[in-house]
Amino acid sequence: MKKLLTMIVAGMIALTAAPVWSDDADELLSNNGGVGSLRGLVEISTTNKSEPLKRVPRDVQPIDRNYVQQPPLVPHTTRGYQVNLNANKCLSCHSFKNAGEMGATKISVTHYETRDGTTLSDVSPRRYFCLQCHVTQADAKPLVENTFLPVDSLR
Amino acid sequence: MLNLLKRLWVIMKSPSSAAMGFILILGFTGGIIFWGGFNMGMEATNSEEFCAGCHAPIVKEIRETIHYSNRSGVRAICSDCHVPHNWTDKIIRKVQASKELVAFAMGTIGTQEKFEARRGYLANREWHRMKENDSAECRNCHEFDFMDFSEQGARSVKQHSTALASGEKTCVDCHKGIAHQLPNMEGIEGW
Repeated sequence: MKKLLTMIVAGMIALTAAPVWSDDADELLSNNGGVGSLRGLVEISTTNKSEPLKRVPRDVQPIDRNYVQQPPLVPHTTRGYQVNLNANKCLSCHSFKNAGEMGATKISVTHYETRDGTTLSDVSPRRYFCLQCHVTQADAKPLVENTFLPVDSLR
Repeated sequence: MLNLLKRLWVIMKSPSSAAMGFILILGFTGGIIFWGGFNMGMEATNSEEFCAGCHAPIVKEIRETIHYSNRSGVRAICSDCHVPHNWTDKIIRKVQASKELVAFAMGTIGTQEKFEARRGYLANREWHRMKENDSAECRNCHEFDFMDFSEQGARSVKQHSTALASGEKTCVDCHKGIAHQLPNMEGIEGW
């Protein structure tokens, strides 16, 4: 008798639990206020298939800025460019010293300033790691639609 | 002692009683064994494993670079760039390298720290050597005459069609640190 009762209870639990498992996607949708994730409707524990890597253009014309304080984008590949204590590959063309000969864009004078506005004799340590702000570009479509437009002076 | 030498000289001077053919065969096989062995020795000391015996950390560094991993799978090993391909230059470099065996015995770059401290010196020596021979080892693969500027990026064309074409600069003047991490570049021309 006891055994039968346990089985019935177990069966009932299984029946009530089953719909929850099968309606995973529905629940993900209904519980998030209608906001979709770029990851898609998958559990956080699932590993998504990775996107193919985008290719960075080897060398293109300088890319226009989209807003006034935007750090200019890097219009070329930077593979293997060393920026560390020993060497800064970017500055071997873009520094004040080398830009003229190399025909490269000179870094702006703001790179010589510390955060309290003192101008140093060389690139300020806080501005030394170029690729923190200046990044290479690839032909990647925006993941989310947006209607951003540059201000008139930049158009 | 002198007697022994005299006896040896007599043996060497007097004609052998063995048949001419036998002597020739002996000579040929001896030649093959010695020449082959010599070349094998040369090859063995040109292998990556041999280089890594002392320069292990630097051999690892190439893996991130274009000379190790790239789209077409062509790659360079240490000796492609660091040992001249021309026979006489190669022998000269190999003889010079015997000095490096002393460094190995003394453990001059035996640890990562010692190696890092010496990186600048070692790099400068190689840059100087390549500057002197007009980057001969680069040009074993990258021949200027066969460069198609239309396939190169604008930045490359600009430098290659002027400074490189006129011979004013050589490959290594700009292409430093293309297969290794750079040492401290303070005071190096162009940095």
